[in-house]
Amino acid sequence: MDWLRAWMMPPQGSEFAKEIDFVYMALFWLSVVLFLMIAVPSVYFAWRYRYKPGRVTPHQTHNTTLEVLWSVGPLILCVGIFFWGLNGWMKYSVAPGEAMEISVTAKQWLWQFEYPDGSRTINDIHVPVNKPVKFTMTSEDVLHDFFVPDMRVKHDIIPGRYTQIWFTPTVLGPHNFTCAEYCGKDHSGMKGNLTVDNDADFAKWMETGGTEWEDYFNGKDPKKTPADWGKITYERVGCNSCHTVDGSKSKGPSWKGVYGSMVELNNGTSVLADEAYIRESMMQPQAKVVKGFDPIMPTFQGLLKPNQANGLVAYIESLK
Amino acid sequence: MEPVVTSSARIGDRPRPKKNYLNETKGFKSWALTVDHKRIGIMYLIGTLFAFLLGGIFALLVRLTLLTPAHKLFGLQVTAETYNRFFTLHGAIMVFLFIIPSIPGSLTNFVLPLMLGAKDVAFPRLNLASFYLWIVGAVMAISSMIIGAVDTGWTFYTPYSTTTSGTVTLMTAAVFVLGFSSIFTGLNFIATVHKLRAPGMGWFDMPLFVWGMYSTAVIQVLATPVLGITLVLLMLERVFQIGIFDSRIGGDPVLFQHFFWFYSHPAVYIMILPGMAIISELIPTFSRKTIFGYRAIAYSSISLALVSFIVWGHHMFVAGQSQLATVVFSALTFLVAIPSGVKVFNWLCTMYQGNISLEAPMLYAISFLMLFAIGGLTGIFLGTLSTDVHLTDTYFVVAHFHYVMMGSTVTAFIGGLYYWWPKMTGRMYNEKWGRVTAVIWFIGFNATFLPQFILGSRGMPRRYYNYLDQFQPLHAFSTVGSWIIGLSLFMTAAVLLASLRKPADAPDNPWGGTTLEWQTSSPPITHNFEDQPVLEHEPYDYRPKAVAH
Amino acid sequence: MEQQFDTSKLGMWLFLVTEILLFGGLFVGFGLMQHRYPQQFIEAHEHLKQDVFGRPFPLYGAINTLVLLISSWTMVMGVNAAQTDQKKKTVRYLVLTILLACVFLGIKYVEYSHKFHDGLLPGIFYAHQSEDLIKGTHGYATFFAFYFMMTGLHGIHVLVGIGLLGWLVMRARRGDFSSEYYTPVDLVGLYWHIVDMIWIYLFPLYYLIS
Repeated sequence: MDWLRAWMMPPQGSEFAKEIDFVYMALFWLSVVLFLMIAVPSVYFAWRYRYKPGRVTPHQTHNTTLEVLWSVGPLILCVGIFFWGLNGWMKYSVAPGEAMEISVTAKQWLWQFEYPDGSRTINDIHVPVNKPVKFTMTSEDVLHDFFVPDMRVKHDIIPGRYTQIWFTPTVLGPHNFTCAEYCGKDHSGMKGNLTVDNDADFAKWMETGGTEWEDYFNGKDPKKTPADWGKITYERVGCNSCHTVDGSKSKGPSWKGVYGSMVELNNGTSVLADEAYIRESMMQPQAKVVKGFDPIMPTFQGLLKPNQANGLVAYIESLK
Repeated sequence: MEPVVTSSARIGDRPRPKKNYLNETKGFKSWALTVDHKRIGIMYLIGTLFAFLLGGIFALLVRLTLLTPAHKLFGLQVTAETYNRFFTLHGAIMVFLFIIPSIPGSLTNFVLPLMLGAKDVAFPRLNLASFYLWIVGAVMAISSMIIGAVDTGWTFYTPYSTTTSGTVTLMTAAVFVLGFSSIFTGLNFIATVHKLRAPGMGWFDMPLFVWGMYSTAVIQVLATPVLGITLVLLMLERVFQIGIFDSRIGGDPVLFQHFFWFYSHPAVYIMILPGMAIISELIPTFSRKTIFGYRAIAYSSISLALVSFIVWGHHMFVAGQSQLATVVFSALTFLVAIPSGVKVFNWLCTMYQGNISLEAPMLYAISFLMLFAIGGLTGIFLGTLSTDVHLTDTYFVVAHFHYVMMGSTVTAFIGGLYYWWPKMTGRMYNEKWGRVTAVIWFIGFNATFLPQFILGSRGMPRRYYNYLDQFQPLHAFSTVGSWIIGLSLFMTAAVLLASLRKPADAPDNPWGGTTLEWQTSSPPITHNFEDQPVLEHEPYDYRPKAVAH
Repeated sequence: MEQQFDTSKLGMWLFLVTEILLFGGLFVGFGLMQHRYPQQFIEAHEHLKQDVFGRPFPLYGAINTLVLLISSWTMVMGVNAAQTDQKKKTVRYLVLTILLACVFLGIKYVEYSHKFHDGLLPGIFYAHQSEDLIKGTHGYATFFAFYFMMTGLHGIHVLVGIGLLGWLVMRARRGDFSSEYYTPVDLVGLYWHIVDMIWIYLFPLYYLIS
């Protein structure tokens, strides 16, 4: 009867999904049986005891045994089902300690995800197969709900609070997710794709730090240039805490007009601030320190994805 | 299968009264200022049926929009905002303007005093006030639709409802007014049942319809004020930003849900108990057999009313309430299944070895048994925590609540309407066509809502304007089903209205019923009974000596 | 007649139950918010106290409590007078009840105007909104929102009560009431006692906590 389950339920993306489907199908068959126990007599009695003029009906007011049976029987059944449901729910409620944590910020009407290493994506997310992943979620505006049908999990997302769901995906490939708490105009457009990768593919995807940057490098939108991505990175990664872009003094040199200029270093020499210089400054900041500044800049080796470094270079170049 | 129309149309030798409640006084004022519960019942009937029509039109628009992913309605493009308004208005109108007020206001108002052998309800002027409050609330609600429309869903969850544009404040004010209409009706019925029973009628001699309506009234009085204050707080949050439900100003969105469902869960029992109350009348009458388990049904009505107050959190299993609350609410929810099951089994046992005729009311009653079974059983999927996580906020929930609210309550309402139509209007409707409407209703209802269980379990969320292509066939099927429902309702209206062209010569007791409303003329005289009826037998006594005709 | 009297009393009690549930929701909401912002709620309570002999004391609140308690007594005396065919006494006590109710509202007016002056107003009118949001102390705004909602709703009920009492005075002077029929006086009395009782719960909640 697996075809019936497969017709009624989404694909099973995890072991938990299989457990839920088992409970669902059990309740389904139980319901079918109980429904027939009600529907069949009602139709049968209507035919078997159809009206005959003059027939006298027995005066049956109650039957204590029967009434106790059909009160206690269902009660026991209900208690059993309750505990069964509780069991599955407790698994859903408590994420294992080693789960990879992904932050989710929902807003009208898109999903923002952030990985532990700081990379971010919008609406599109990859997770490794067979490893537990937990989503810590908040909203920037109204109520939303993160629903992944294939994993059989969902939970509301509440502004001003954090809520959580987790799962361990076991099936590779795409699984959709969607918003399941009415949030206004484009509620039914607020969805995305969760791709479950094997370890190799997932590592490759993590290298590039998500997909958000892609729109800035494919030339499709004139308002989304690599320099714009660089500006976003400048704020996100924290360059702005030490470098201004308007020429004013801060803990580090301002980027305004730097690109292509001659820079005086603290050892008295001067260098051309070309692309190689910019990149070296990010990865080995102590190699060349500008005159008048302290050597306090931390290295961004391993902290910047290639697209972020490229974007910053493009941004600095645009600040001529 | 012939209808049971007794050869002597009148009880005893009394001639048919020339003046009855319909024609005794004439003119607009005699109706607008009436304190006769029967006239008020008729006015409520007309009003709530108009609301049903309006809510039904929105339902058809919703389903039409979902027929294809293109969202075209008669050639016009439906935007997401328009769709959001369609489903909000459908829900709000159906819940607040139709389902909650309809049976209590119309059928109960008409029948309850008659069943108790009373002249009227305890507070006739309050009864009229209830009706006018309903009118005011309806006017306010309809105005809010015309002025701006609401797109929050009938549940008004915050912070969307406190920040969205639209006439939310006016609509919530309308619901506030309608709440008072409901409270006063409930108050009236409780007092009537306590104080106005005929001599000889103890609590356990009352018809089960009265038990069901009494239980409903208890909920109306206790739960509706909480809705009242919730709506006031919502309005204040919207207008003055007091900071109770909006997290940006220090409030808690989940608190709104607790307040809202504290009323709205008991409210769904305000909806189902009257339906069950009607079925408790239809089944013994058309089985010509005493009701099985009278006390059990009576007690189950009261216990449903009371237990309904402690399960509201089952609407919030994934909403962010505490884990302990979630577990407790799930356990209590299973408790509420038992009294409902008890009733169904009692009704089936009543039919067993009965002498059953299948007039339209009985066909609707049997439909009720099956549709309520599905509605109740699918509630188990939702009360079970692990499956609820997957199913909540999907079409599964939409199907479940339509099976109980519409497949059960509205089915019973239509059955009751056919049943008491001769009493209220003095006319018998065309039985053959009445039966046809019942069959079409059953088919149409299942065609519309059975596929929605599958849509839900397959992952389609509710309140969705767009959907994945894989869902289209089921949506199309469901939409066609909605047209079949529309056909059935249109036919019912035609059957009932057509009967009004005949002269008012229906028998006092066309169905051979044993309750007191059948001991007076059809339609009744203004003060209900010529002589104060005294109860002489136990309820639903079909033993030969006890049957009046 | 007895049946009618009993029935109307039942009706009034049922209505009063709804009033208790109406206010009950607000009490629950207040309790939950107090739990959320305990520190700020306690501090905000102090604003409801006045300086009496150099120490903070809920003077206005206490006077109002006393006023309402006495008005409940005058109400009972009024019902009793109606029950015992004493028309003049009935009118007198009803009028006294109205006067006391007006004193209550008058003191509330004084309290409210002090709050308005200090900018301690509900919701968007709260003058210190922006600084509180920055400091994360919006418990204050919530406290005052609830204060105005609950005392305001209560005040509206007192006003309605004055209206009902006025109507009773008119009818009493006309001679409508006697030992045979004093139902309206009895029922308004019940209403008045509930209004008093709700204040008895409001008073410690708002004025006595420190």
